[in-house]
Amino acid sequence: MSEHEQRTPVQLNSVSADDPRLQPAARRPELVEKVIALTFVLGIVLIAGFGAAYWVNAAPWTLGATFGGGLTLMGVGLIAWGKYLMPRGPFVEERHTMASSDEERNAFAAAIVERGGGVVKRRKFLGGLLGAGMGIFGVVAAFPLVRSLGPLPKGTLFHTDWAKGTYLVDITGRRVHHDDLAVGSIVTVYPEGLENTDNGQAVDQTVLIRISNENFVTQKGRETWGPSGYLAYSKLCTHLGCPVGLYEQQLQLLVCPCHQSMFDVTNGCIPNFGPAPRPLPQLPLQFDSAGFLQSQSDFNQPVGPGFWERS
Amino acid sequence: MSQTLNTKRAQRNSAGPYGKIGQSLNELDDRLGIAKGGRTFLDKIFPDHWSFMLGEIALYSFVVLLVTGVFLTLYYVPSQDLTTYTGSYLPLYGQKVTEAFASTVNLSFAVRAGLLMRQMHHWSCDIFVGAIVVHMGRVFFTGAFRKPRETNWVIGTTLLILAIVNGFLGYSLPDDLVSGTGIRIAYSIILSIPVVGSYVAFFLFGGNFPGTSIIPRFFILHVLIIPLVILALVGAHMGLLVRQKHTQFPGKGKTENNVVGTPMYPVFMAKTTGFMFVVAGAIALLGAFAQINPIWQFGPYTASRISYAVQPDWYMGFLDGALRIFPAWSFHSFGHTIPLEVTIPAVIFPGILFNLIMAWPAIERKFTKDNAMHNLLDRPSERPKRTAAGVAVAVLCAMLFIASSTDVIANFFHVSLNTVLWAMRILCVVVPILAYPITYKIAREMQGFAGAGKRKTTNIVTRTLEGEYVATPAPVYVDDLTHEHEPDAVPVPTYVVVGESSQDDETISGVRRVPR
Repeated sequence: MSEHEQRTPVQLNSVSADDPRLQPAARRPELVEKVIALTFVLGIVLIAGFGAAYWVNAAPWTLGATFGGGLTLMGVGLIAWGKYLMPRGPFVEERHTMASSDEERNAFAAAIVERGGGVVKRRKFLGGLLGAGMGIFGVVAAFPLVRSLGPLPKGTLFHTDWAKGTYLVDITGRRVHHDDLAVGSIVTVYPEGLENTDNGQAVDQTVLIRISNENFVTQKGRETWGPSGYLAYSKLCTHLGCPVGLYEQQLQLLVCPCHQSMFDVTNGCIPNFGPAPRPLPQLPLQFDSAGFLQSQSDFNQPVGPGFWERS
Repeated sequence: MSQTLNTKRAQRNSAGPYGKIGQSLNELDDRLGIAKGGRTFLDKIFPDHWSFMLGEIALYSFVVLLVTGVFLTLYYVPSQDLTTYTGSYLPLYGQKVTEAFASTVNLSFAVRAGLLMRQMHHWSCDIFVGAIVVHMGRVFFTGAFRKPRETNWVIGTTLLILAIVNGFLGYSLPDDLVSGTGIRIAYSIILSIPVVGSYVAFFLFGGNFPGTSIIPRFFILHVLIIPLVILALVGAHMGLLVRQKHTQFPGKGKTENNVVGTPMYPVFMAKTTGFMFVVAGAIALLGAFAQINPIWQFGPYTASRISYAVQPDWYMGFLDGALRIFPAWSFHSFGHTIPLEVTIPAVIFPGILFNLIMAWPAIERKFTKDNAMHNLLDRPSERPKRTAAGVAVAVLCAMLFIASSTDVIANFFHVSLNTVLWAMRILCVVVPILAYPITYKIAREMQGFAGAGKRKTTNIVTRTLEGEYVATPAPVYVDDLTHEHEPDAVPVPTYVVVGESSQDDETISGVRRVPR
């Protein structure tokens, strides 16, 4: 004999089928049933349609329309079934207090504090050693995990690849000659040989602008930096490092499209609008004997956004 | 004897009154003891109020995220190695792009249903975060976070943060021009943290921007680590919900010690499964008809290129807005720089905001000295200070969100960018400050009405012969009173006896007999 047969059957609390709470919420359940059936049928048709559309590799919108439409219809039908045709209730459930009895609480707390805590209290030295060991393990384990992730910054953020005599080239690697740019033109330049590298693109990118000498304010100590109206500024916004990619030619402003900082090209690229805190660093320029543009040195300041180590 | 008979009927009889299913349930109960708990779970009551559905939207859009995300991982290549694009999208043909970008374009155009899945994934992410925020608003304004549910509030807030972070990581994976600019900005924000910023940035990105590790690292965070944490926390969120049971709005028969509504099985199960289909279906329809993030139009990321009017996904908008309107207050001294123009809006502000949200249950308890259990919800008007504080914070975030499109606004309305910027700077301060007293006042006024928040009865306005207008309350429709006629709630019945009427039909008024 199995275990089940030994059990004595018990009477379950039952409820009559015509209890008001078991009735559907719908006024006309037969009609609702038909509507839901129709919804299901349409849903099935659409889902089958999705299968067909997928089979023939139809356009994405056909796939989405059949798939989404089918799912939505099936869902709507199921919700309506639950809402209008199933027992409308209301039903209630008692909430039981979370808190245990005082005895149980005390027993639990005592077990933790006395049984475990007592053991540690008696052997404070061992406990301390264990704690120290775990702590040191945590630090030692975390250190390589973190430290292996990348190199230390060191001086990286302070310098670019521009140096004395580096030729300015455009994205195709062509050097920029004295006669290349008309007044009011702009081109993005890179150190020669680095125009297609990550660092050349992300760190060394520079805007070269040729402006007319009228209205131009020469910054102190930069008298020789912009020969023949050629000015080179770091293309990295001093706010968050976006490329300062817009040139407002009429106003002679470089504009950052990210957060709309504006830099006055005629006045050392000092920001005159927006959240950028510092001027764009300037690259001192010179011509070689053949008339090609070179940098005199690196930028006068670290490029890009601010960071702690920057003075 | 009858033991020798092996008919179907004999089998059925020996299986007990509930047949094979009953038998297997008994087998399961023998081993796991599930009958009692299982029954309680089936009888779990879900309140009927519509606002309880908002969390379901979040849950089901997360399900869609998981399913579509798994599909995408089959085709996406998390690598920044350069390759030549030779796919079917002609404008990009022959261009040097990263594997990540090329594979995303390919899975959109060359993989069957790939574009649909990608767009569904992106849409469900936007909906996921949105639903979390709205659900959180419901929990906040009705006081559902109060004791004993503070832990679940903290879990929920953590889920919001993780959802935003993972959304940003996923948005970055295609390595297109717009998302690449987003990563550049994120790098600069990390760089702005005082003292450790450059170290954190170098360790996270494996060196100076852009490096070659961002995409693989973002990928593993996006598809494995953060989803696992989210999944675990969603499990904990649900577990606590079942353990502590639902809150409910006050109403007929509803007390602190019960829950009135719809039982889990089968009614709620039908409704919620249907709702999952609807959420998934709606996302599929969005994916079919509403284009989102067409990366092939943006092009691959190149550090020296940028696009105009770039905006992040909506949930990053408030941070972008804060960065736009914050003044250029950089701090230089003692040989160090603190880029306050970045640190304050993008590190300190969200830090304060999310800590404030997490700590709110504790903060409120400090003020109200209320340490009691709360299972009945507040109307927002019943707690004017909480409601006003919540509205002020929500309005601040909304204003910052609007501020994230200053350039678009200036362009659209043909006003100067300067005007828009200053307007947003002022509005972001003034509007939240005004929102508090206004909300407080409205809430207090609403308290004065008897039956505030209930449906108002119609007035009939008549004109007298003298031309005077008189408003008289219209007679109440019977429909409006059906709630009052609702039968008392009972525990979910164990089983239903068909055909044995306990009462005569005539004695139960308004009940329709239905053949089942």
